[in-house]
Order: sequence, then C-alpha cells, then structure tokens
Amino acid sequence: MRKAFGPLVVVGAALFVAAPYFIAQAPYESTMGLIQKIMYYHVPSWIAQYCAITVCGVASAIYLFKSHPVADRYAVSAAELVVLFGLMGLITGPLWARKAWGVWWQWDVRLTSALLMELIFVAYLLVRQYGGPGSEKLASATALFGTATGPFVYKSVDIWRTVHPKTTVVPTLPSSLGAPLALTSAAFVLLFVVLLTLRVNLAERQAALDEMYLALED
Amino acid sequence: MSLCRIMIALTSWFLLSTSAFATQPPAAQSEYVPLKDLPATENVPAAPFLIAAYAFVWIAAMFYLWTIWRRLNRVETDMRALAQKTSRR
Amino acid sequence: MTFLRTAWLVLRKDFAIEVRSWEILTTTLFFASSCVLVFAFAFVKEGRAVEDAAAGILWIAIAFSGTLALGRTFERERYGETLRALLLAPAPRPALYVGKLLGMLALLGIAEALLVPMVAFLFQAALFSRPLLLAGLLAGGTIGFAAVGTLFAAMLVRARSRDVLLPILLYPITIPVIIAGVRGTAALLAEIPDEATATMWIGILVAFDTVFVTLALWTFEPLMTE
Repeated sequence: MRKAFGPLVVVGAALFVAAPYFIAQAPYESTMGLIQKIMYYHVPSWIAQYCAITVCGVASAIYLFKSHPVADRYAVSAAELVVLFGLMGLITGPLWARKAWGVWWQWDVRLTSALLMELIFVAYLLVRQYGGPGSEKLASATALFGTATGPFVYKSVDIWRTVHPKTTVVPTLPSSLGAPLALTSAAFVLLFVVLLTLRVNLAERQAALDEMYLALED
Repeated sequence: MSLCRIMIALTSWFLLSTSAFATQPPAAQSEYVPLKDLPATENVPAAPFLIAAYAFVWIAAMFYLWTIWRRLNRVETDMRALAQKTSRR
Repeated sequence: MTFLRTAWLVLRKDFAIEVRSWEILTTTLFFASSCVLVFAFAFVKEGRAVEDAAAGILWIAIAFSGTLALGRTFERERYGETLRALLLAPAPRPALYVGKLLGMLALLGIAEALLVPMVAFLFQAALFSRPLLLAGLLAGGTIGFAAVGTLFAAMLVRARSRDVLLPILLYPITIPVIIAGVRGTAALLAEIPDEATATMWIGILVAFDTVFVTLALWTFEPLMTE
C-alpha cells in the first residue's frame, strides 16, 4: 500500500481534476435538468461509503476473533470514513431532493435506513471515544451489526416502493451519463483509499506513541 | 399629493395582483404530469443547490484531511517531547 | 444437552434472585406504564388519540422499559461480580447468552402483557382484533430487540459510562426492528385490519431476528473473553 501511495494520489487528483469537464459534457437528464448532475457526487459518495463499510466490517470481524491490532486500526479508520462519506451522501441527497421532489427529506425506507447506517457508525465512534479501556472489542461488535444492516439498506429500495430511484437505474444509464459517473466513482473510491491510508498511518503513529509511554513507565 | 397616493395605490394593486397571478396554479391540467414536474419545484433554481452539493463534498474532504494532519502533528510533537525526556534521563 | 441445561440453569438463577425482591419486575412495569401515560398526554388531541399513535406508543414503551431492564439486570451481575463467575464456569458461552436472553424475553413478555391491554384501553385501539398476528409481531420484535440488547448490555458491563452507551448503541441498531413492529401494529389497527401488510412485517422481523441472534451467538464468545 505504502509504495503505491504516491501514484494513487496522482491518479486520484487527476480524476478529480478531469471530472468537472466530463460532468459538464454530459447531457441533461430529460425531466430533472441541471440538478440531476448532483448524481455525479451523490452516487459515488455512497459507493465510497459502502467500500468503507466493507473494510470496517471485515477488519472488525478479524479483530474480534484474532485480536490483531492492525485490523483494529483499519476498522477505526474505515469507520471514520463511513461517517464522512455518509455525511456527503446525506447532504447532497436532500439538496437534490429539494429540487427534484420539492422537499428536503422523505421518510421512506431508503432515506431512513441510510440515516440509520450513519447513526450506527457515529455510535461506533462514540463508543471508542467514551467507552474506556476494552471498548475496541465493543466497537467491533457494533461495526459487525452495522455491516449486517448494510445489504438491507442497499436492497431496501427494491423491496419496497419508495420515492428514491432503484439501484437498477445505474446500469441502465446511457454511456454519455454513465461514463462520467464511472469516472467520479473511481475518483471517490481512490479518495477513500488515500484517506484510509493516511488515517491508518495516523493510527500507527498513535500506537507507537502509546508504546513509548508504556516503555517510559516501566 | 393625492396623485402620489393614487400612484402608490395603483402600483401596489398592480404588484399584488401580479404576485397573486404568479402564485395561482397554472391553467387546468389537461394531461398527466409526473410527480417530478410539480410547479412548486419549478421556480427553485437548480444551480445554487448543485454548487452547494459539490462545495460541501470538497469542504468535507478537505476538513477531514486537515483533522488527520492536525492529529498527526500532535502525535509527532508528543513523540519528540517524550524522546527528549528519555534521552535526558 | 449441556447447552440447553446451562441456559436453563442461568434462567433459573436469575429467576431465583428476582423472586427475592421483585425489584426489576416492579420497576420495569412501573416505568413502562408511566411511559404510556407520558405519551398519552403528548399525543391526545381533544380527547382523542392522534391517528396511529397507539402502535408507536406501545413499541416505544417496550423499547424504553426494555433498555431500563437490561441495564438493571446487568448492573446486578456487575455488582455481585457474578457475571465473571459465570464466565469462569466450564460452560459453553453461547448458552450463558441464551439463558440471559430467555430471562429478558420473559420479563419483556410480562411487561407486554400489561402494556397491550393498557394501550388498547387508553387509546381505544382494537389491538385484540387479530390476536395471533399481534402476538407474532410482539414476539418477533421482542426477540430482535432483546437479542441485540442482551449482547450489548453484557459486553458493556466492563465499559466506562455504560449507562449512556447502552441506549446509544442499542437504538440505532434496533430501530429497524422497532419500525417493523410499529408499522405492522399500525396495519392491524387500521379501520380494516391489513393482514397482508402485518404478515409481511412479521416476515421481515423473522429475518432480522435470524440475523441478530446468529450474530450475537457468534460474537458473544470473543466479546466476553478477556
């Protein structure tokens, strides 16, 4: 990961620089017009969030059963990113909805469950912050339960009729709209990888500092 | 003076009536209009929302980067202070 | 065989302790009924309850009193250091969990036996028109809530500020269960009880219960080891 970090940053930055051009090139969607272009940031935020949830869930499971400290560092870093990308999705969503649906928020299954996921991972961070010693294990169980809710959130739109577009919309997009979306999605996933690497690095330094303190006490 | 008053009355009446016209629903609907095309949403400009959405994503990402950088700095400072303490002993 | 026996022994132990003072049962029942009364004041307009309020109030009362009972049950274990003793016993860990879960279910079942008639009476809600479906919803919702609650309350025994952390962790994770319970009950309380919708929500509750109980049984052992 460390060796690939430089190129990753360059590629990610290039994608983000190129994105506005492709987004501007993409045609307007017939019914929503300009506002539909929020999609190019909204959908990728959720894709990045699901990447973060997967990393957090897997790392938490490994930490819970193997007690490997590295796994815990990945779990806490990914959990912060779940909250960050979730916040991006939860802010861009209502801005889109205000124009397209006429309201900021709808209490339908998709929106409610997305908000729920955000809450679960905020709770994860709160437990780690205030749970005292041993809270890492506690938090990892929270993450596992949160991850179990993930597929349900993703499929929820297909089970119940909601205002939110179905997940099957994305593959049917024409390439003029789909290509910029793929580009920004790749950019967001790269942003996730870069931020995760940086945050894990921070966690490693913190662990090193804790070890120094322990060594000093002995 | 009275002319002025009449002018004010006339303009206010005109303004009020036009605004009343503007808020009145459009002529009776003769065909099916999907939910997305409700008139209430039509007079909301799209650009500010789009800009706000894009700007928020950028600001959030930058802010998070800044918090990582700040936390890393604090850890490094603590480490240096600790290293000095141990070398002095 | 030892699994079921251990679970049964844990349940009997909790029951024997409770019988001596009835502390948790009486406080939980009192809290549950005062919850209903508080919401009754909030959601009654001109002498009549707001539409669909009964279903919500019933489930909120269950969730709130359940949280209180969970906190109390494990506070008692912590106080006597008995959870530690239990964990030291050469018994399968998931069996301990099942025993505690059964105790919680029994307690919440008693609370529901009080709450349902109370809500039906105070809000003129036709809760008893489809008793089987209502029982299904209550059972599904209670199992889901208690399964997560018992696991988190057990592992919070060792944590700092556990009183705050229990609701913080419990509510976001169990909201899907509560939503399913409320929507299903509301469907039953409609002018013409909507059996198909209620059955659908029971199905969803069963799915959640399966996921939650499996996850809890799977994670209880590593969580309680240390």
